[in-house]
Amino acid sequence: MAYTVDRPKLSFSEKIYLPAVLIGLGVTIRHFFTILTGKKKVTMQYPEEKWDAHLPPHYRGAPTLVKDEHGKERCVACQLCEFICPPRAITIHPGEIPQNDRWRKVEKYPEKFEIDMIRCIYCGLCEEVCPEQAIFLRKDYAITGLTRAEMVHDKQKLYELGGVMTGLVYKWNEKK
Amino acid sequence: MNEVLFIVVIALVKGVGLLFLVILPLVSYTVYAERKVGAYIQDRVGPNRVGLPMTLLGFKKDIPLWGLVQPFADVFKLLLKEDFTPAHVNKVYYWLAPACAMAPSIMALAVVPFGSTLLGQPMVIANANIGILWVFAVSSLGVYGIVLAGWSSNSKYPFLGGIRSSSQMISYELSLALSVIPIFLICGTLNLPAIVKYQIEHGWLISPIWIKGVSLVPLRFDFQEVLHSFDLLKLILWIPLIISFVVFTVSMFAETNRLPFDLPESETELVGGYHTEYSSMKFALFFLGEYAAMIVGSSVIVTLFFGGWHIPLLPPTIAEPYSFWGIVLGLAHIAAFFAKVAVLLFLFIWVRFTFPRFRYDQLMKLGWYFFIEIALVNVFLAAFIIAIVPK
Repeated sequence: MAYTVDRPKLSFSEKIYLPAVLIGLGVTIRHFFTILTGKKKVTMQYPEEKWDAHLPPHYRGAPTLVKDEHGKERCVACQLCEFICPPRAITIHPGEIPQNDRWRKVEKYPEKFEIDMIRCIYCGLCEEVCPEQAIFLRKDYAITGLTRAEMVHDKQKLYELGGVMTGLVYKWNEKK
Repeated sequence: MNEVLFIVVIALVKGVGLLFLVILPLVSYTVYAERKVGAYIQDRVGPNRVGLPMTLLGFKKDIPLWGLVQPFADVFKLLLKEDFTPAHVNKVYYWLAPACAMAPSIMALAVVPFGSTLLGQPMVIANANIGILWVFAVSSLGVYGIVLAGWSSNSKYPFLGGIRSSSQMISYELSLALSVIPIFLICGTLNLPAIVKYQIEHGWLISPIWIKGVSLVPLRFDFQEVLHSFDLLKLILWIPLIISFVVFTVSMFAETNRLPFDLPESETELVGGYHTEYSSMKFALFFLGEYAAMIVGSSVIVTLFFGGWHIPLLPPTIAEPYSFWGIVLGLAHIAAFFAKVAVLLFLFIWVRFTFPRFRYDQLMKLGWYFFIEIALVNVFLAAFIIAIVPK
C-alpha cells in the first residue's frame, strides 16, 4: 500500500532558498569570529598544555606497583593479576623469601614482574583483583618507546612509576 | 623588429611574474586559508604547527608562525609521494588530464586586468577585445581535464565523477555566460580593461549609487557635483545587476566544482571522484587547478562587478608613471585587485563550510529550471531599462 509522506508547506521565503542561505552564512561567520578573536577556546594544545591537573581520581593510566610508607614491597607474587589480565600483558616469576627474613610469613615475592605496555589495555582488572593492594593504575598515560623492549616495564620501572601509596591495609603486620 | 621583441618580452615578464609571484603563492595560501577558515568555522584550530624548522639547524625550538609554512610542507609531501600509474589506465590521457585541468584556469587570467599601469605598462597580459569571451572559452576547456581523468582512469568512481562534471559544467556554462550580458549592454564592450574603465567613471557595477566629486588625493570635495551624482539609471539598473551578480557568482561556484556543487568529487559518494586513481603531483595538479579556477573566477567577478583594481577616492592614473608615487600607485592598484580577490576567495571558503552538497537532480533543476530562465529574463530587463529610462 502506498504510504504518503506529508510534505511541509513551504512559505515563499523558504522556497527561494536565499534567506536560509544568509542565515546559514550568519551562523558560520559567528563561529569563525568567536574562535578567531579567542572569545571561545575549544582545543587544548596537547604537548604544551596537558589535562593532567584535571584527571579524575579514578583515572586508569599505566598499571604500576606500589610500596607502602614503610618501604615494603607489597606484591606477594600470587599471580592473580597475571591470570586475570585479558591481553596477558603481565609476566611474574615468583621467588621465595628466605626463612631468616623478617617477612618470612609472606613466603613469596616477585623475582621478576613485567608488564608489556604494548599489550596492556588499561582495563584495571589487575588492580581490582589484587588482594594485596600492590598494583594500582596511576595517571601516566603517555607511555611511549622506540623499541619493543623499551615498552616492557620491568619491576624497577614499575616501582618508579608507582611510588609510595599511603593509607593501605597492613595485613602482614608482624603483630598479627 | 625591436618593438615586437620588446612587446613579447614585456608580455612574458608580466605573464611569468603574475604566475609565479602572485598566482601560485596565492593558490597555496588559498589552500592554507581554506584549512584555517574551515577550522575556525568548525571551532577547531587548523594548521598551526609548521613554521621555521629551527631544530633542523640545531636550535632548541621550532618557530610555529601560526602554521604559515604549511603549504610548503604540503608541496614537499606531494612531491615525495610515489607517482603511481595503475596498470589499467589509458596512459596517454591519464598523463594528459592533470595538465588539462590546471592550464585552462591559468590561461584565462591572460585577459584580466590586475592593475592600472606600472612603469607605463598596462597591467594586463593581453588587452584583447574579446575579453570575457576568452575567459569563458578557455575556462570551459577545464572540463576536459576532469572528463579525461574520469574516463582514462578506467574505473567506476572516477567515471561517474567525470560524467557528473561534464553535465554540470555544460549546464552552468549557459547561465554563467547569459548572466553577465547585462554588463555588456551597459558598458558596450567585452574588453575587460574597458569595463574597469567604465566602472571608474560611472561607479562600480555592484553599487546602486556612486558619489562623484569627492577624492582624497588630491583632496577635493565638490558639493555641487556630489548633489548631481545621483543617477536614476544607475539606481534602476542595479536591480538587473544584482540579479546578474547572484546568478553569476552561484554559477561560478558550480563551474569551479566548489561546494555546494562539488558533485564530481563528492567524497562521500564517489571516493575521490575523478581523481581517485591519481597520486603525488598529478593529484596535486587537480587540486591546484581547482584553486586556480577559484582565483580566476574571483578575478572575473571582481573585474566585472567590483571595479577591478580601482580604489575609490584615489586617482586611477597619475601623470608621471616613473615617479615614486606613480610606482606606489601602480603597486597599490595591484594590491587592491588581489585584496578584492582575497575577499571573494574568503566567500568561496565561507560558503563551502556552510552548505551541504546539492543532490544531483536538485543541481540540474537549479541550473536548467531557474538560473537560465532568470538570466535570460534579466537580459531583457536590462535592455528594457536602458531603452526606457532617460540618461
